[in-house]
Amino acid sequence: MSDTIKLHYTVSTEDFTRAGEASGDVKRKLKQMGSSPEVVRKVAIAMYEGEINMVIHANGGTIDVEITPEEIQMVLQDSGPGIADVEKAMQAGYSTAPDRVRALGFGAGMGLPNMKQYSDEMKIETTIGVGTKVTMKVFQT
Amino acid sequence: MTVKEFAERSGFRIINLADNAGDVHIRQSYCCDLLSIAMTRVPEGAAWVTVMSNMNTLAVASLTEAACVIIAENAASDKEFAEKAKAQGITVLHTEKPVFDAALMVHKAIHAESGI
Repeated sequence: MSDTIKLHYTVSTEDFTRAGEASGDVKRKLKQMGSSPEVVRKVAIAMYEGEINMVIHANGGTIDVEITPEEIQMVLQDSGPGIADVEKAMQAGYSTAPDRVRALGFGAGMGLPNMKQYSDEMKIETTIGVGTKVTMKVFQT
Repeated sequence: MTVKEFAERSGFRIINLADNAGDVHIRQSYCCDLLSIAMTRVPEGAAWVTVMSNMNTLAVASLTEAACVIIAENAASDKEFAEKAKAQGITVLHTEKPVFDAALMVHKAIHAESGI
């Protein structure tokens, strides 16, 4: 019997108001499974930021989550425009978000920095015009 | 002080009173309008005072396990917002008071109770 739990979510483009449902679901499941409050919070924040990013920049995408007793892996894949300058995008305060997003309380250039801060490992693979894949891990111990 | 007690004593308009409002205690007040900051900083059990009243406010409140949300400055909120708060089980109050004044009311209410 495998100890791995696999979850799949679709983040669609019109779902700005629903962003947070995938991370909320993962959060509930982790709590039920007895993950520590710190791990639950880290996963929830990192994944919610990822969801928001996908809605703002990439017309949605998919999120695959794998939960094992050792770690939680989140793979966020989109078919968006790609990130032109990853290093710049990782700088706190740098943002290409439009005004309508800023009016909602986002777009402060904290998305990717928050994701990095609240995950234990993060990898970004991006190709202009093809899309972006962000893999994040949070360790359970 | 429980969320329900504060909701009743404050006189703030109740947009939604969650089923657990009588059990959840407010531990502190917290103010922030930038959701990108709030999502990492709202302390668990905080009464979060903000002027942002969109669906994402509720998502952040849920993720951070805020005790309740207080919409200050008479900021607009619509029916969908109230329905979402109800669906997510989040207590939301509404006041015309400025953010600081609303948060101070929370602070005083908590500390009066604990004898400070």
